[in-house]
Amino acid sequence: MDSQERILLKVEGLKKYFPVRRGFFQRTAAHIKAVDGVDFAIAEGKSVGLVGESGCGKSTVARVILKLLEPDAGRIVYKGRDITPLSPKEMKPLRKEMQIVFQDPFSSLNPRMTVGQSIEEGLRILGLSKNRRQGRRDELLEMVGLSAMTADRYPHEFSGGQRQRVGVARALSVESSLIICDEPISALDVSIQAQIINLLKDLQDRLDLSYLFISHDLNVVGYLSDTVAVMYLGHVVEYARADTLFEDPRHPYTRVLLSAVPSVEADLTSKIKTLKGEVPSPMDPPPGCKFQGRCPLVEPRCKQGEIDFSRVGEDHLVRCWKAT
Amino acid sequence: MEEAYAPPHKDTLLLVEDLRVHFRGHDHVARAVDGVSFDVHTGETVCLVGESGCGKTVTALAILGLVPIPPGVIASGKIRLRDTNLLTLTEEGLQDIRGNQISMVFQEPLTALNPVFTIGDQIMEAIQVHEKVSENERRRRCIGLLTDVGIPSPEARLKDYPHQLSGGQRQRVMVAMALACHPALIIADEPTTALDVTVQAQILNLMKSIQHASAMSVLYITHDLGVVSTVADRVYVMYAGLIVEQGTRDQVFQHPRHPYTRGLLASLPSRSKRGKRLYSIPGSVPNPAFKPKGCPFHPRCSAAIAECAVDFPGMCDYGHGHLSRCPPVYSRERQE
Ligand SMILES: Nc1ncnc2c1ncn2[C@@H]1O[C@H](COP(=O)(O)OP(=O)(O)OP(=O)(O)O)[C@@H](O)[C@H]1O
Ligand SMILES: Nc1ncnc2c1ncn2[C@@H]1O[C@H](COP(=O)(O)OP(=O)(O)OP(=O)(O)O)[C@@H](O)[C@H]1O
Ligand SMILES: [Mg+2]
Ligand SMILES: [Mg+2]
Repeated sequence: MDSQERILLKVEGLKKYFPVRRGFFQRTAAHIKAVDGVDFAIAEGKSVGLVGESGCGKSTVARVILKLLEPDAGRIVYKGRDITPLSPKEMKPLRKEMQIVFQDPFSSLNPRMTVGQSIEEGLRILGLSKNRRQGRRDELLEMVGLSAMTADRYPHEFSGGQRQRVGVARALSVESSLIICDEPISALDVSIQAQIINLLKDLQDRLDLSYLFISHDLNVVGYLSDTVAVMYLGHVVEYARADTLFEDPRHPYTRVLLSAVPSVEADLTSKIKTLKGEVPSPMDPPPGCKFQGRCPLVEPRCKQGEIDFSRVGEDHLVRCWKAT
Repeated sequence: MEEAYAPPHKDTLLLVEDLRVHFRGHDHVARAVDGVSFDVHTGETVCLVGESGCGKTVTALAILGLVPIPPGVIASGKIRLRDTNLLTLTEEGLQDIRGNQISMVFQEPLTALNPVFTIGDQIMEAIQVHEKVSENERRRRCIGLLTDVGIPSPEARLKDYPHQLSGGQRQRVMVAMALACHPALIIADEPTTALDVTVQAQILNLMKSIQHASAMSVLYITHDLGVVSTVADRVYVMYAGLIVEQGTRDQVFQHPRHPYTRGLLASLPSRSKRGKRLYSIPGSVPNPAFKPKGCPFHPRCSAAIAECAVDFPGMCDYGHGHLSRCPPVYSRERQE
């Protein structure tokens, strides 16, 4: 990372294990190693994209950063301050600066509040007058492609994609420095996706916002991220600037991800690619490289010991022997 | 002109005709679905695509008798599954259809799954409703289904509650539940939005192989044109509660006729456009309570002419099952 840049958020060795309790006494029988050593940093005004397979731990990383879940190991440093040990009460003032668009919009909206009220809640914290609040609320709704007239409707009266946009509007209502977007546009069609992506980009330029952008869609991540961290089974396997990652992916998993992007431009009749091999379980990840069971390049040394990052270029780190 | 698509089986499984679903608000009526017609043949994959809020989910809910009434009303239409008119069925009859004939993968799994039961209980319940089998057999099938949808350590995860799963895992549990009762038709409402490409491909392939084995039909509701272009036999493009274009996958993707379909294809993000501003169709979907007169797309349409603001557009026939609701483009292209 450029030394001129000021780091807003830094995550080091982050781990989160969920206990699996079994039997009458609910003893802990095993652990789901949802996040198993994640490091990255986000500079002010920049975006980091987090991509990876379903269940690899992306949402858990987001929730741990916001301290909605306590990490089991590692440090979260925000604006130079270690926030890992902060209590929920001490976190409260920071919550305003760190907003999140949750992956599941319905369950994150209060069903008994109109969406207008949900959006205004954040504005109230800022101490705006009622008139200014409503003006701002209407503006936010319009920005995400919903009409201001929808402000007095309840979440269940919206379509899935409309609810998702309410979540985006709510996160943008507060003047924050970091917005974590967990699959913020997955339910949206391309046209509205484009509108939201452009909106997020504009706001970033104007307000110097930073984003942690979680998505399974590499095309979308490519648009919005300066750097991309590719996660596999709880840890980052490749870390690179977005353009480098697209032009020169090094980890075999990243290559699969890139080659499998369905696109209308591709040959329509081409077969969909799938990964061969067992889907590894976060309950007992294999020793050595976690991708070994599905990797076309696997060899004996991949199956033992921890595989560390190797630097293959400026700002380009890969956890694979074969990449160098 | 290319050949029309011949469905694997000629018989129509589902027929929807002039469906209108309206929601009454305190001072207006939202015409969420406003005259939708389509059909699905046995063994076929039909995709319903369109912008957020255009009425896709409400159409699906209407087929299953799940529109909340009130505030909803089925203002007109016919929905036939083989010889049964679904709109005249009692709740009991509908439940039977839902357990045995049609199953649905809901768009928001967290709200569709029951938070107080484990996912194993819920899948086994779906198996039980369809077919009485021993508890051991149910468990075995349940584990098989979870394996098919790519959930690691399925035996252990049976006992998880929905909130303990990741977003994409919940979505796949919904798919497993929908497959559990061997339906004749699956309505899958954005079934892979939370899934990365590799897992998505696994799910799409799974559905395809079941379709080949059992002639199951799939009605795919999605905004993802990449998915549509890989799975669809036929495509219906929906805008503001209406079908605006329909045809085979190749007709719609290679020779889109409606300006809206063309706009959708133009706004696809792709690697070649990285870093540049994305094209998006200007404006947004009209509020279903205040639709413009004439063609509902005309305020956003670059090809609009004066008549578009006045006349409601009829379907224009391009032959071989390819129809588009845009008379101006039709007459212009006929002249060329
Ligand atoms: N509260 C919980 N209790 C137990 N296990 C959990 C809990 N939350 C998450 N997990 C597990 O941790 C792993 C990582 O989950 P996470 O939600 O972070 O995945 P994700 O990368 O966001 O996936 P997706 O793309 O599907 O949303 C999964 O195996 C999940 O089942
Ligand atoms: N219960 C309801 N009461 C009032 N309006 C509703 C209700 N349910 C849906 N609507 C409205 O009907 C329209 C169509 O909604 P629908 O959920 O079918 O959209 P959709 O095409 O599935 O969109 P998305 O892709 O965002 O899921 C929307 O404008 C929505 O606001
Ligand atoms: Mg997630
Ligand atoms: Mg929907």
